Amino acid sequence: MMALHPLGSETVYDVAIIGAGIVGASCADEAAAADLRVVVIESRGIGGGATAAGMGHIVCMDDSEAQFALTHYSRELWRRLASELPPDVEFNPCGTLWIAADDEEMTEVLRKAAYFGARDVRTEVLDTTQLARLEPNLRPGLAGALLVCDDAVIYPPCAARFLLERACARGAAMAHGWVEHIDSRNPMVIKLSDGRSLRAAKVVYAGGAWTPELAPLLAEGFPMPVRKRKGHLVITDRYPGFVRHQLVELGYLKSAHSVSADSVAFNIQPRTNGQVLIGSSRQFGDEGSTVNPAILTRMLERAHEYMPGLANLTAIRVWTGFRAATPDKLPLIGPYPGDARRILATGHEGLGITTSLATGRLLVDQLIGRASAIPVEPYWPKRMDKEAAHAH
Amino acid sequence: MCGQMHRGQKSEEHRLETLRETEVLVIGAGPAGIAAACSAAECGRRTIVLDDNPLPGGQIWRGKEDPNATKWLSRAQRAGVQMIHEAQVFAAMMNDTRVVMAETPDGLCAVRSPCIILATGARERFLPFPGWTLPGVTGAGGLQALVKGGLSIEGKRVVVAGSGALLPAVAAYLHEHGANVRLVAEQTSWLQLIAFGASLVLRPSVAMQGLGLIPQLLGIPYEAGCMVTAAHGEAKLISVTLRHGSRTWQVDCDYLACGYNLVPNLELPVLLGCAIANGYAAVDEWQESSLPGVYCAGELTGIGGVDRSLIEGQIAGYAAAGKQGKPKAQALWPQRQALCAYAERLDRAFALRDDLKALATPETIVCRCEDVRRAHLDALAPGSWRMAKLHTRCGMGACQGRICGPAMSFIHDWPMESTVSTRPPLFPVRMETLTAAGLTERTAEKTGEVNR
Repeated sequence: MMALHPLGSETVYDVAIIGAGIVGASCADEAAAADLRVVVIESRGIGGGATAAGMGHIVCMDDSEAQFALTHYSRELWRRLASELPPDVEFNPCGTLWIAADDEEMTEVLRKAAYFGARDVRTEVLDTTQLARLEPNLRPGLAGALLVCDDAVIYPPCAARFLLERACARGAAMAHGWVEHIDSRNPMVIKLSDGRSLRAAKVVYAGGAWTPELAPLLAEGFPMPVRKRKGHLVITDRYPGFVRHQLVELGYLKSAHSVSADSVAFNIQPRTNGQVLIGSSRQFGDEGSTVNPAILTRMLERAHEYMPGLANLTAIRVWTGFRAATPDKLPLIGPYPGDARRILATGHEGLGITTSLATGRLLVDQLIGRASAIPVEPYWPKRMDKEAAHAH
Repeated sequence: MCGQMHRGQKSEEHRLETLRETEVLVIGAGPAGIAAACSAAECGRRTIVLDDNPLPGGQIWRGKEDPNATKWLSRAQRAGVQMIHEAQVFAAMMNDTRVVMAETPDGLCAVRSPCIILATGARERFLPFPGWTLPGVTGAGGLQALVKGGLSIEGKRVVVAGSGALLPAVAAYLHEHGANVRLVAEQTSWLQLIAFGASLVLRPSVAMQGLGLIPQLLGIPYEAGCMVTAAHGEAKLISVTLRHGSRTWQVDCDYLACGYNLVPNLELPVLLGCAIANGYAAVDEWQESSLPGVYCAGELTGIGGVDRSLIEGQIAGYAAAGKQGKPKAQALWPQRQALCAYAERLDRAFALRDDLKALATPETIVCRCEDVRRAHLDALAPGSWRMAKLHTRCGMGACQGRICGPAMSFIHDWPMESTVSTRPPLFPVRMETLTAAGLTERTAEKTGEVNR
């Protein structure tokens, strides 16, 4: 169990982290490992937001060089951590299969294979027959797929807890409560809704899609370009072996790229206990947590198209969650323009589980002036200033 | 592509056919549901009942020739109530148009109704103790249901344990069917039972049903203040350990029928948005919930037996029928008052003792679906049902927390409603049905606009 350190009002923490999702947990873990005095402030339980709602896919992506660098580096960090993860994190290096429905999508498979190949990412190009052999429950006649061998799947809430427990074992403190106000004196004073207050030299905003609600706590004049992007997931009863890899349609890229319209894509994941997780949907503008039957149905119809046998499986739960989306599909990691004591670690959209470890590492690199393994500038919030300027 | 379009069009028509319309929709065909349906239909309201069992009657009237049941069921038939069996309600849309979705052996069954009466009854509460997952250990009502379903209990040695008015009734039933009922172990004390018993003088009919009188007449030992602390056996149950104060002893048996009172099936009312108070659905004098046009009757509003359920069902049915029914509903209020007072006494008499919280040892499994042991939960001290689910997967299995939820609510003092699964599907459903439900909602929205 996590040691709850008494919150001394005398203590001045080096860093206070708001949010105990997987990103906040990773930041805490890295900060504590660097011997910083850390406190994590959580309001809804560990990993209770997007960390609980998401799929737990650790995936190497290639939308942009910056996205590749971050996902690839973070995936490496996960792979190095794998042997230390407790069993309940369910680390499963099952790989991702990017499914090509037709010849046009098959050219995308080849492009991806070349891109990854040039960057030492292990892949295999599969034809119709090889794909059918690997995943017999897919509909027959799909053109093929790209297997990205070292991608993996985890159960994120337990991963967040593991990282926080490790941080606490290294001296980090946890505080349960809502942040009501942050006074920008030196050191900053963080007032919690229960009347307690904490003092910290720096504050990390790791509130995921809820970070904009902390925005009034930030200095004025900077847009908080994080929006809630709603998703739905369905989980089935146990069908061991029904699905063996994380399966994603290549059409997924089209829907994930579309920044405005509601979209669905075939995206399915095997859990270690045999359950099957079925996604995915993306919606802006719907901020209620209730299940939207219309989009759920579209999502399931899409899934049935790829995997007709799903129709006969039993669904046991449906839920929704909110991704923290940014306009350029990259997270916000780094100092807040105008006040370097405030640091953002949000905007990870659908890749927060993958990129959490790199986020913590890069963030703490910058806190302690350590060299980073990859360039950190592409993720700096400052770029949004430019975007805002362009817009005007 | 053409083929798919065609299929789509065809199923659109099919959906219009499967979307039934009614004036009053009753969920549950136990005493409360049947009484509600009779009352609404006799006032001229078109009435449909959805029930998850193959036959009407609910848990209490299941599989026996009860003259009361026969009377009510034939009355429902005469009144033109339409019963849809083996229909498990798993979702509902509750905006301008109200549609309840159920899964049947033939697929989706969707019913649109402005007025909904919920009579989903109650289930047993199980508390974890060492050995409770052994074959041969069942619920108290659970074993009775198995015997009603054809299990031979002839000559078998049975211990009935747990708590509640159900235990003596189950013991008597098993005895009638040839079981050797060795003991009824009731956790509540004699002191509390006597306080309860005194009030029963006012209600002799339920007294026979409720208090330990029947088993004693039959020569079955009835021990109050007594609990099963462990069940023993390798592949199946061999014996149980009992405790009464500081005395512990062992009894050999083939079955342990053990349940700790009943808990209301709050999933559907919570999903629809009905307010919950003190662990039951909150209703006004017309049995109307916090949601206008949605009524709750029977064990959803308090555990009080058949008579109470019949009265509440009638009140709900009459009230749902509108102006014409309301005087009839009002005439039943005095009867309900007495029966509700009785239900509250039952709750007090059989209130669970705190030391039951310690029955589960660290090794005891608390969630059967996901094999979660108590030590795992205790080590994480999750603080809420949601965190317990997220970090230990307790309650995340196919039963959706129906078994471990009420147990965890009691052990950790979490509010009952916080352990209720509130998202569709309320029961596991086929993916195909889930998809069809969304399509039907779309259809219902469109036609709803026309109808308004």
